[in-house]
Amino acid sequence: MVNIQMTGAQMVLQAFEDHKVDTIFGYPGGAVLPIYDELAKERDTNQPIRHYLVRHEQGASHSAEGYARSSGKVGVMLVTSGPGVTNAVTGLTDAMMDSIPIVCISGQVPTHLIGTDAFQECDAVGITRPCTKHNWLVKDINDLSRILHEAFYVASSGRPGPVLVDIPKDIQFQTGTYIGPETVKHKSYRPKLKANIDQIDDALKLIADAEKPIFYTGGGVINSGNAAVQLLREFVRLTGFPITSTLQGLGAYPGDDSQFIGMLGMHGTYEANMAMNECDLMINIGARFDDRITGKIDEFSPNSKKIHIDIDPSSINKIVKVDAPLIGDVAHVLEDSIKLWKSKVYKINKSSLKEWWKTIDKWKEKDSLKYVRDKNIIKPQHAIQRLYELTKDKDVFVTTEVGQHQMWAAQYYKFNKPNRWITSGGLGTMGFGLPAAIGAQVAHPDKLVIDIAGEASILMCIQEMSTAIQHKLPVKIFIINNQYMGMVRQWQELLHDKRYSHSYTDALPDFVKLAEAYGAKGIRAQKPIELDKAINEMIEYDGPVIFDCVVEQNENVFPMIPSGKAHNEMLLGDETEKEEISDEGKVLV
Amino acid sequence: MSEIVSKHTVSVLVDNEPGVLARVIGLISGRGYNIDSLTVAEVDAEKHISRITIVAPGTEQTVNKMISQLQRIVPVKRAANVTFENQGIEREMALVKIVSTGEKRVESMRLSDVFRARVIDTTHDSFVFELNGSPRKIDAFIDLMKPLGLSEVSRTGVVAIARGTEKM
Repeated sequence: MVNIQMTGAQMVLQAFEDHKVDTIFGYPGGAVLPIYDELAKERDTNQPIRHYLVRHEQGASHSAEGYARSSGKVGVMLVTSGPGVTNAVTGLTDAMMDSIPIVCISGQVPTHLIGTDAFQECDAVGITRPCTKHNWLVKDINDLSRILHEAFYVASSGRPGPVLVDIPKDIQFQTGTYIGPETVKHKSYRPKLKANIDQIDDALKLIADAEKPIFYTGGGVINSGNAAVQLLREFVRLTGFPITSTLQGLGAYPGDDSQFIGMLGMHGTYEANMAMNECDLMINIGARFDDRITGKIDEFSPNSKKIHIDIDPSSINKIVKVDAPLIGDVAHVLEDSIKLWKSKVYKINKSSLKEWWKTIDKWKEKDSLKYVRDKNIIKPQHAIQRLYELTKDKDVFVTTEVGQHQMWAAQYYKFNKPNRWITSGGLGTMGFGLPAAIGAQVAHPDKLVIDIAGEASILMCIQEMSTAIQHKLPVKIFIINNQYMGMVRQWQELLHDKRYSHSYTDALPDFVKLAEAYGAKGIRAQKPIELDKAINEMIEYDGPVIFDCVVEQNENVFPMIPSGKAHNEMLLGDETEKEEISDEGKVLV
Repeated sequence: MSEIVSKHTVSVLVDNEPGVLARVIGLISGRGYNIDSLTVAEVDAEKHISRITIVAPGTEQTVNKMISQLQRIVPVKRAANVTFENQGIEREMALVKIVSTGEKRVESMRLSDVFRARVIDTTHDSFVFELNGSPRKIDAFIDLMKPLGLSEVSRTGVVAIARGTEKM
């Protein structure tokens, strides 16, 4: 398949085929009609591309993210010019923040109309420049195939991210030469995959000398792929060190393993944050010292040496200065590390590690995720715990929206495999969960996919229910309904003297009727006693479900590191004393 | 690392493709860094490589951070700190217009000689001087010209390169 003549629209589909894309999410419009026309012609072939019609381009972008995150493949979306592109911006930014490989094809007004404020024209490459890893405006039909191949390469190599290819309508109609992907090589972009072996050795010496070590792992492990996950598990077991994970890293290491001490950060466990604070060696693998993780930077893990494995050189020393930076792909670096560890017969310091575990076990006794159950009202933590218990024997994919329910899901739902946990971490996009669940369900038609949602977030992309119905995607939406934008309310309680300014979600729809209006099933649970039966009913139903789980309104997410505080200044739920938050802390988000 | 804010000269080699300058300066402004001067031109016509030279104030640490973020941009091939203090050579060209007569006019002519500036345009009431040198030399020349009828200045911004055999 080299050097043959075809139209621009045909080239787009040919490039999809060459890059093994069988699924796209999109919404048609004037400037992409030639490509949609090719999709229609292609429908009768043996292996047509499966196009999932969304109800809003934001939905297309999050579905592509959910598809990519749950499958490890590139997510592909197709949108029209102008509002098609601007609606996709939230999802592209989300993918940029969480390093998700997305190829977005957008239509553009014909080249001779660019810059004339034509109907549905916008400066797509200008608008998406800061929220894509790279983008292209195609002005010559003979550049198109090369650019498409480069787009897939850039999106999926190095630190993954979203890219956008903006194709004017006249280019889609023109005929030119299609070059196959095997002949295209990006002229300069070559991410470094292997770290320097001497630097790895220096890091291993730190590991061998450590008395109070901890692994701190992130989404980079999952992005690196299954090999990285297996190597991480091997290395962690080899050393016997405790391991904590960021929000995005959950599932890389089994959540129910005894070496795993829970998620860290603002709503992490007491033991994970205390261990980060008091460790003498931190081994950061594919995480980025995000502000949700570090708390107050000056007091972040003050006495530790730090190793940092990251494929992105700009992550190194960006926020926290590290002692042993290892730039490379997690799988490559871990493979070399394990080999070198064994060949040099390095040994860990067993007696001090034993003491370290004793300290950690003492912190564990605090049981920082405990909460008070209630006979009459469902506690949100309980709802998620029951959801976990009743689904843990299945291979479940969980997406979330953003807010309290997201943190409770991270705390109480345990993940034993990578790619099962799909959440908007960096950007914190409300409305992410439902379209992301649709994307995950498309990638895994026979698996159980649950969107753990809040009643406020779900309304931000509720229109995607139609998408689920049309394409027979049996996603389950489990709404933790406390009738508040819960996380906003929690912050207003702690920081703004309980002035709940506009955080009460008034005039909510009846979610059961809403489900029925879309042609889905609606289930409501209001009492703890109804919960298990209702959850089972949801799981067993063959089709989309909206589950309205009415919960305690005033519950807060604990533990919590308040803004501007350090890891060892956590608030635990049972502490009634009022913590003063400094003015400096209040301005943080 | 030094916490002192000083001027840093950063050279960036990029693929000369549409929008590349917007990417580079967009990243710099988007992350809250300032730019004192910016020059850009293609330096390899065959491989279509351009060199962008940026002078930006900052601590060693913020400038290093800026450099590693620049390296994240896909068409950026290399970025490096080529500040004078780091064994770099910096040069700039300026066109300086002086409007004056009599003794001031004669004095400006005399001083231009000291700075090895060339007269490239003249009328009875004006000179345009062309001056090459380090930014500091040009600053000094402009300061001296202020009382002598300095009317207008155009500067190219800094171009820089490493000394010796070292290649970027």
